[in-house]
Amino acid sequence: MTDSPGLFDLAPCGYAVLSRDGLVLRANAELGRLVARAPADLVATTRFASLLSVGGRIFLETHLLPMLEHDGAVREVAVDLVRPDGARVPVLLNADVAEHEGAPVLLVVVLEARDRHRYEQDLLDATRSAEQARAESASLANTLQQTLIPPAPPRIPHLRIASAYRPAGDGSMVGGDFYDVFQVGAQEWTVVLGDVSGKGVSAASVTSFVRYTTRALALDHPDPSDLLRHLDRAMHVHGTEHYCTLVVVRLTRAGGRWELEVALAGHPPALLRSPDGRVAELGRPGNPVGLVDRPVFVTVRHTLGAETVTLYTDGITEARATAGLYGEQRLHALLAGLPHDPRSIVEQVAQDALSYQDGVAADDIALVSFAAG
Amino acid sequence: MSRAELLNATVSGPEDAQAVVFVHGFGCGQHMWRHVAPAFADRYRVVLLDLPGSGDADPTSYDPDRHGSLAGYRDDLAALLRELDLRSVVLVGHSVAAMIGVLLQTAHPDLVERLVLVAPSARYLDDGGYVGGFSERDIDDLLDLMSRNHLGWQDPLAGLVAGDGDPDARAEVERSFCRTRPEVAAEFAAVTFRGDNRADLGRVSVPALVLQAREDVIAPMSAGLFVRDAIPGARLEIIETRGHCPHLTAPAETAAAIERFLSATAS
Repeated sequence: MTDSPGLFDLAPCGYAVLSRDGLVLRANAELGRLVARAPADLVATTRFASLLSVGGRIFLETHLLPMLEHDGAVREVAVDLVRPDGARVPVLLNADVAEHEGAPVLLVVVLEARDRHRYEQDLLDATRSAEQARAESASLANTLQQTLIPPAPPRIPHLRIASAYRPAGDGSMVGGDFYDVFQVGAQEWTVVLGDVSGKGVSAASVTSFVRYTTRALALDHPDPSDLLRHLDRAMHVHGTEHYCTLVVVRLTRAGGRWELEVALAGHPPALLRSPDGRVAELGRPGNPVGLVDRPVFVTVRHTLGAETVTLYTDGITEARATAGLYGEQRLHALLAGLPHDPRSIVEQVAQDALSYQDGVAADDIALVSFAAG
Repeated sequence: MSRAELLNATVSGPEDAQAVVFVHGFGCGQHMWRHVAPAFADRYRVVLLDLPGSGDADPTSYDPDRHGSLAGYRDDLAALLRELDLRSVVLVGHSVAAMIGVLLQTAHPDLVERLVLVAPSARYLDDGGYVGGFSERDIDDLLDLMSRNHLGWQDPLAGLVAGDGDPDARAEVERSFCRTRPEVAAEFAAVTFRGDNRADLGRVSVPALVLQAREDVIAPMSAGLFVRDAIPGARLEIIETRGHCPHLTAPAETAAAIERFLSATAS
C-alpha cells in the first residue's frame, strides 16, 4: 500500500498536515465534516489555530506548540473545534512533528469526542460538587468546634491565662479536645481541659455533654476528684461508647494567693514551670471517666507561687514524625527554655508541636497556661 | 529550603559578569529558554528559574493567596535576587513575566538595570478603545480547557506511592514538559489574562527593549506597540516569526536582538 490520497482522505478521523508554523497544507474529508467546511477551502488559506476556540488558540500557543517543539508529539489533548456558525465540536487531538519531502511538518489527528466530553463534563461537575460538599462539611465542623472551644478565656483578676487550640488535619474533622474556664464562686474558678475519645459528630456531642455536665457539677462539688466521680457516673448513665480524659483545676483566691486543687482522669499531669526554668508535674494519675467500673481520682493541693501552670492534651506529646513521638521529654525541655509568660508558652508549644509534624496536626492540640499576676 | 532551591534556580557563566535573568511566562518552565540562554553563558552570569507552581519549582513555593496577583511573583524574584546577591541585573521576561519584570523594576530599581520584554502585553482583555485581543468569555473558555487537560501532570504523591524506581511513573513525569498542577495552572491563567499593568509601564526608569513577533495571536503587534509607547525611551524590535514564542521559533534572531540591546546600552 502506498501513500494513497484516497486512504488519507478516507481516514475515519480528522486528519491535517500543517506547515511548521500552522498553515493547513492538506486536510481530509472527516476534518472538513467536523469543521463544516470543504477540505479544499482550508488548504493554503487557513491556520489550524483559527479552527479552534479562542481559549484553544491560547492553549495551543502557550502549551501545545512548546511541547511539540520539545517532545515532537502531544497526545490526547481535549480542545473544541468551532464551525463557521459558531457551533463547537469537542475533539481529542494528537499531533506529531514529522519530515515530509525534506521539510518539517506537523501531522494532526482529531477524533470527535462528544460522548466522552459529556462524560468528562459529568465527572468534572461531580468533582466540583464533591469539593463543595467537602468545603461545607469543613465549615460545619468549624462551626461545631467554635461552640466547643471558648474563643478566649475570661478575664480573671490576679491571674494571667492563655489558651491555644489547633484542630487535627485540615480542620474538617470535629475533634474531641476542649477546654473551659469558668467562675464558680466569688473568689473561685474552675479550669478544665479534656479529650474525648474518637472523632466526628458523636464525639463532639459527648464533648458538649462533658463540658456542660462539668460546669453544672462544679457548682456543688468543689473538690475536683469528687466532681470527676459524679462526671464518671453521668457518663455511664449517658451510655456513650466514648470515654474522656480530663484535668480539672479549681483555683481559689485566698490571702492574696491562689490555692490550686488538681485532679486527673486518665490525663497527663499539669506542668509547673519555675521562673528559673525547672519543670515539675502536678497531679496524681486517675482513670478516664466513662471507661472503668470503679475509677480512682485523687485531688492534689498546691499553693501557686511564681510558677506557670500548663495543661495540655496528648495531641502534643503524641505528635508523630519520622524521628518518632514528640514525647514528654521534648515538651519539658521546650517549656524550660520558653519565656515565663502563659501567652508565649501556649503559642510556642502549639507551634513547635505543629512544626514537628510538618504543619499538619495528626490529632487536636489544646493548651491552657496560667500564672499569678 | 533556600529560595533558589524552591524556584529550581540555576546560575552559570563567569562570576563577575553582568547578570542576565531569564524568566518564563505562562505555560512551561525555564526550558523555554534552552535555545537562547546558552548563547549568553560565556560572557554573562545567566540565571534561570521556574516560577512558583510551574516547571520543577517546589510545590510549597506556590501560595494561592500570595500568587493571586503578579506582585507575589515579583516579591519571589526580588527575594531570589537578594539571596543570590545579584544587583543591577538584566531581566528578560517572556509574556506575563515581562510584566512581572516591569513590576520588579519599578518596585526595586536597584535590582534591575535593563529590561527585555519578549512578546509582552500589558492587558489581554479589550477595554474601550484598547485592543487586548480577548474577551472575558475567551478567558473562561481557556480556563475550561485547562480543567480538561492536565498534560500528564501527576500528583507528586502518586510518584512516591509508585516508588521513585518505577520507570513508568518517572517517564510520565519527564514526558510532560509543560505540566503544571491543574489548580495552579488555572489560577496562573486567571492572574495572567485578567491582569492590567498598563499603568505600571510609565514608571519604568531603565532602558527597555520590546521584542515583538511579527504575527502573535496572544500578544499582537498593537499590544507590543502600546508597551513601547508607554515605557519612556523603550525601543521595539520585530522578530520575523509567527507565534507567541520567538525564543522557540526564532532563537538565533531573538538572542541576536537581545545581544544588540545589551551592547548598545552597556555602561
